[in-house]
Amino acid sequence: MGSLDRTTTIDANEATASVAHRLSEVIAIYPITPSSAMGELADEWSSHGQTNLWGQVPQVVEMQSEAGAAGAVHGALQSGALATTFTASQGLLLMIPNMYKIAGELTPFCMHVAARTLATHALSIFGDHSDVMACRQTGFAMLASGSVQEAQDFAAISHAATLQSRIPFLHFFDGFRTSHEVAKIERLDDEALRALVDDTLIAAHRARGLSPDHPVLRGTAQNPDVFFQCREAANLYYDAVPEIVAGTMRRFAKITGRHYGLCDYHGHPEAEHVIVIMGSGAETVHETVDWLLARGERVGVLKVRLFRPFPAADFLAALPRTVRSLVVLDRTKEPGSVGEPLYLDVVATLAERSDEVALKPRVIGGRYGLSSKEFTPAMVQGVFEESKRATPINHFTVGIMDDVTHRSVAYDHELDIEPQDVFRAVFFGLGADGTVGANKNSIKIIGEGTSNYAQGYFVYDSKKSGAITISHLRFGPRPIRSAYLIRQAQFVACHQFDFLDRYDVVECAAPGAVLLLNSRYDADQVWEHLPREVQDQVIAKHLRLFTIDAYAVAQATGMGRRINTVMQTCFFAVSGVLPPDDAITRIKESIRKTYEKKGAGLVEKNFAAVDATLAQLHEVVLPSAATATHRRPPVVATQANDFVQRVTATILAGHGDLLPVSAFPVDGTWPTGTAKWEKRNIAQEIPVWDAAVCIQCNKCALVCPHSAIRAKVYAPGELDGAPETFKSTDYRGNEYKGWKYTIQSAPEDCTGCQLCAMVCPAKDKANPRHKALEMLPQAPLREPEHDNFAFFLDLPEVDRSTVRPDVKTVQFLEPLFEFSGACAGCGETPYIKLLTQLFGDRLIIANATGCSSIYGGNLPTTPYTTNRDGRGPAWANSLFEDNAEFGLGIRLGVTHHTERARWLLRQISSQVGDELVAAILGAEQHSEAGIAEQRRRVVTLRQKLQGNTSPLAVYLDGIADYLVRKSVWIVGGDGWAYDIGFGGLDHVLALGHDVNMLVLDTEVYSNTGGQQSKATPLGAAAKFAAAGKSTPKKDLGLIAMTYGHAYVARMAFGAKDLHTTRSLIEADAYPGTSLLIAYSPCIAHGYDLAYGVEQQKLAVQSGYWPIYHFDPRRSLQGESPLLLDSPAPSSSIKDFAHNETRFRMVEQIDPVRFRELMAAEQREVTSRFAIYEQLAKLVVPKVPTAGE
Amino acid sequence: MDLTTKYMGLELRHPFVSGASPLVDDMAMVRRLEDAGAAAVVMHSLFEEQILAEQQATIEALEASEDSFSEARSFLPDSQHFRIGPDQYLEQIRRLKDALSVPVIASLNGVTPSGWLRHAKLCESAGADGLELNVYYVGNQRTDTAEIVETRLLRMVGVLKEELHIPVAVKLSPFFTNFINVADALDAQGADALVVFNRFYQPDIDIDGLEVVPSLRLSDSSELLLRLRWLAALHGRVRASLACTGGVHTAQDAIKALMAGADSVQMVSALLSNGPEHLQRIRREVEEWLEQHEYSSLSQLRGSMSLDRCPDPAAFERANYLRVLQSWRG
Repeated sequence: MGSLDRTTTIDANEATASVAHRLSEVIAIYPITPSSAMGELADEWSSHGQTNLWGQVPQVVEMQSEAGAAGAVHGALQSGALATTFTASQGLLLMIPNMYKIAGELTPFCMHVAARTLATHALSIFGDHSDVMACRQTGFAMLASGSVQEAQDFAAISHAATLQSRIPFLHFFDGFRTSHEVAKIERLDDEALRALVDDTLIAAHRARGLSPDHPVLRGTAQNPDVFFQCREAANLYYDAVPEIVAGTMRRFAKITGRHYGLCDYHGHPEAEHVIVIMGSGAETVHETVDWLLARGERVGVLKVRLFRPFPAADFLAALPRTVRSLVVLDRTKEPGSVGEPLYLDVVATLAERSDEVALKPRVIGGRYGLSSKEFTPAMVQGVFEESKRATPINHFTVGIMDDVTHRSVAYDHELDIEPQDVFRAVFFGLGADGTVGANKNSIKIIGEGTSNYAQGYFVYDSKKSGAITISHLRFGPRPIRSAYLIRQAQFVACHQFDFLDRYDVVECAAPGAVLLLNSRYDADQVWEHLPREVQDQVIAKHLRLFTIDAYAVAQATGMGRRINTVMQTCFFAVSGVLPPDDAITRIKESIRKTYEKKGAGLVEKNFAAVDATLAQLHEVVLPSAATATHRRPPVVATQANDFVQRVTATILAGHGDLLPVSAFPVDGTWPTGTAKWEKRNIAQEIPVWDAAVCIQCNKCALVCPHSAIRAKVYAPGELDGAPETFKSTDYRGNEYKGWKYTIQSAPEDCTGCQLCAMVCPAKDKANPRHKALEMLPQAPLREPEHDNFAFFLDLPEVDRSTVRPDVKTVQFLEPLFEFSGACAGCGETPYIKLLTQLFGDRLIIANATGCSSIYGGNLPTTPYTTNRDGRGPAWANSLFEDNAEFGLGIRLGVTHHTERARWLLRQISSQVGDELVAAILGAEQHSEAGIAEQRRRVVTLRQKLQGNTSPLAVYLDGIADYLVRKSVWIVGGDGWAYDIGFGGLDHVLALGHDVNMLVLDTEVYSNTGGQQSKATPLGAAAKFAAAGKSTPKKDLGLIAMTYGHAYVARMAFGAKDLHTTRSLIEADAYPGTSLLIAYSPCIAHGYDLAYGVEQQKLAVQSGYWPIYHFDPRRSLQGESPLLLDSPAPSSSIKDFAHNETRFRMVEQIDPVRFRELMAAEQREVTSRFAIYEQLAKLVVPKVPTAGE
Repeated sequence: MDLTTKYMGLELRHPFVSGASPLVDDMAMVRRLEDAGAAAVVMHSLFEEQILAEQQATIEALEASEDSFSEARSFLPDSQHFRIGPDQYLEQIRRLKDALSVPVIASLNGVTPSGWLRHAKLCESAGADGLELNVYYVGNQRTDTAEIVETRLLRMVGVLKEELHIPVAVKLSPFFTNFINVADALDAQGADALVVFNRFYQPDIDIDGLEVVPSLRLSDSSELLLRLRWLAALHGRVRASLACTGGVHTAQDAIKALMAGADSVQMVSALLSNGPEHLQRIRREVEEWLEQHEYSSLSQLRGSMSLDRCPDPAAFERANYLRVLQSWRG
């Protein structure tokens, strides 16, 4: 290893971006997981004036899509500038058209890809090579990195080699496994980059740029006579690439001392069995080969670095002549191909050249690691064993159990080869408790403060509220090649005591390991509160148990619920990785660095927490045998169906890896209604209802983002058999006279966001602090309220046809969207829930990728559910960019079925009865009563069709449900609607079909971490606009109004819930296209979302978010179609903005700029409101229609 | 007419000062104050408690969502470049110093001993000519006795006087068991000025919404009387200079305050309702009054009606109170 001052502890995204930023002039970006961080960092560095190698700050521009980013870099390259971009997955696919162009024009260019799974039967944000493999035909050179160090080094090598070769480079590394792995690496300083990159080549590239001073023309259209020859004209350039890259690697070695080849072989010099592999998996094979070599095996690994142009000669030269069997591992799947891409290249190389080099090994191919599936030394050993067999499985899989086509390689699941001198620690934390941040900090402390190598990898939940994080930390004397999760840890910390009941936390503890618990129990009592399963393992593995009440320490030192500092101090105190005093000094130093600018008070509080920790940390004296009688509760309730028990519960328990292929649907089709089986119990406090104080407004039910508080009215007789603590009161109101009323919370599904209690207007007159809803500790209420909620669910649902279009009675409708994984206090989900209450039983949703597709469709459980008749929303996610088109297609299909059914009905009218047919065809279906009536007619129709075997009748029977009107909704966020999907949204608006588009406007790309979109307001800070956005929010509603024929509404449920409810109802009823823009508070706004409703009110009051509806039908009456539903602004924009960190942070960075931006935003708001007011007054002259 | 005065060791052209308020946050208003000839400006208070709360809230908003979800490390831009603290206030001191030739007095309300000192020093190094301590609330425990509260205040002033080079004024409330005793003790600790009195934020009640709501009421001349009495009692008996704040709206009010013994007269409500130009008007009217009444200088008038010099000292004391009551009965 190098001297300490040349090392740094970072992840591959940062390492790569650092090189790319220093070697670029123009950077065009678009957020996509797992590459977003590269763009964010580049933007951050540029916004703080960090320069490239030549002293210029690179220009960073965020585009509307990856296609836009590719177009922008193509243009920048054509101007002779050095350009780069970062992307992954579908984003990379959007760049492919430009990639052909950039390559065809022989343009020096390097892009960096955090390789990620392509969406097929499902989306996956995790890593494999399916995206980069879809680019292997574009003409780009492709260089694969397998570690954080390589990602940095190969980034530099790619930038240098592309300048020399003129062939553009796609540099890639494994998404998450490498992009997000924090590791100690040797830094590439500016001098090294300068030595590597030849300025004369940059000048040559610049000279080729388009300029009217020496004009040329590129992008001609060519004909059959010449295109082919031109295509071949670049051959020499491709032929030269391998040697250019090899030469660059040799120069790199001279500069840095780190040697790389196009294909690097590692293993026995006379190996018989060799694995060929790319990416991070190569590191795991390398590590396993070393372990096998020490056991006398003749094995090796060939790491392919340069994949395109495939370096056949280097590949063959690198292989030992003794090799008898080659296994080529691909991290992708190409259904229907002879084999996966690397395999095919190896087979073809050997077939073409083996005679020259006298090599005729047997070659088999296999797939591993799709979507970041673990790839472990045990699997590597299994693959080697398979390769030794006389008739191995070809085209095998490893890491899964394929019990359908039986192509999986067997391996020893217990094998663990990690050496004792590598310290391994696993931490279970809650997203919000700071565990990951503390661990990243610990890695830096150890990596930068000792000669040890360090690695950190973090596993996150797909839930956005109450999410679990698992940190895997390794420290050791050698570079760490273990690109897989820790299975045997010497230190295990559980930062949330409740996890012990839900996860097998102790499973990964090695014998003799330390187990650190954050527990509210004293050291002499904690043992008896451990579940039996944990006690058994603690005894059997001879673990040492330490405990601390970290929340008490955090509370006492003013840290609130942030236990990161406390638990980090415990880790260093107990683990012994550093002398404790030294560790504490370093922790304090990093606290000072982190917080000193943000406030001396914060530094003091954190210091106090560190100092208070050790006195509260205790080792537990363990008994010799387990004593607990209580066991971990079942993962899902026993009432759940077979699929949920077999599949969902296994995934929930964290054992999804063990499920065989046969357990799964073959086409990505999953049952709905599974979120209810996942009782997460994440709320510290839940709402408790006081029936005597309640005014029965049902606003609590409306605002609840998780459908965890509900209202029902029911006949008094239904109360028979109610649990003792079930609450009920007389219903107040003229409808449902004499009935009972209940507000009931779902104690185990509530996230504790407090919105319901905050919105509750009912105060006890004698003691106004007490409201009809109060947040109280969940633990003692869990059991009784669980029973109460179960009883509540069994109460009959209200007759839908009795519900009026008002806020109160609509909330008696059953929500068919419940308990999603959205953030506590999410501002989007109340709209979706309301949508399902209103139209859920005839609703089809096309959902753009983003937050709403993640909380809407991320396994293991999903929130869309069914009513008692089995009806409920049908939901699908296509892509990010195509959602409007996707929804339109659904509408066209549904319309076709409906029209077909109506036609068939007319054809067989005499057979089923003319009267029934006339009733069905002429049915009114814009009221719940009308829908119910039509459903009854369809039942009658089906009865009449029974036994009728005529082809027409059979066909009609199959599609008769389409005679009941369906509501097609196109749902997505502002990233979709304003940016990447705007072209499609605009087109769908123009077409005018009966679809409804709901834009959940959080004013940023929420799912990928708050990057600015065109919906971001002027003056707010967002990623890619860290200094505050300087241009106003795009007025999507106004654009839509210009078509004149679309129903448009802008809503904010917290400001005017009736308007929101009515807008949804009108949009559904409107016989053309509707566009609803819904204000959605989001954690990216930077405030406690318990105040989300208050903020919505301020947003509307200040004119920041005027609400309105635009109904084209009104213009037929000579009225303005626009009705402004907001009063004139009555407060200033500052009153609203000052409550949100996204605005305040701009002020804190640059108060002068903030004042200017706020003044500009105030002008914008005032003028926009004036425009709406004018439009609302506009009277359109009545023009006679054709019939008049 | 010589209107010069010396206040907390600072030479002022005349006694009329723009008191602690957000008036000087806005540079346009600052220019108007300067045009109106304010002899000094006092800035609104830097509230340590507010800074701490804002730091905590911002950090929670940022950190709660960091490193918890696979697709995003965080949900707001990197926060290392923004500061949550007194920076803006300090920047405003610098701006005022650049813009104005008259003294700029910073104002501070602390909650912790370290906070008082840290922020006081920051104000000093930002260029403030003086520091006004806004002693809004120094007792925060039910068990704090009068002695504890007073001792804490005195100790704090003592520490600040030791550590700072700029003069220190103490803005007080009248609610001490023996105000004169406290004033004397502060004087002994070296306070350069005593500012009487602080006006308190007094929340109102919304009887329909059943909520406590903030209210901002401007002062009027009736509030002056309390000040007059205590200024008169202090004048000539403490080394510290005296400022009257609260209730000066007219030239007559100002003359009374000066007669009672004020070295400077701070105005806020009057300027908020009549504009900064009101300060100039009062200065001119006072000057005219002095001329009409043939005073040779302001110093001839200052303290003329203090307890030591007024014709009927008893009238300032308890008898005064009794007489007022009797006249009511009559």
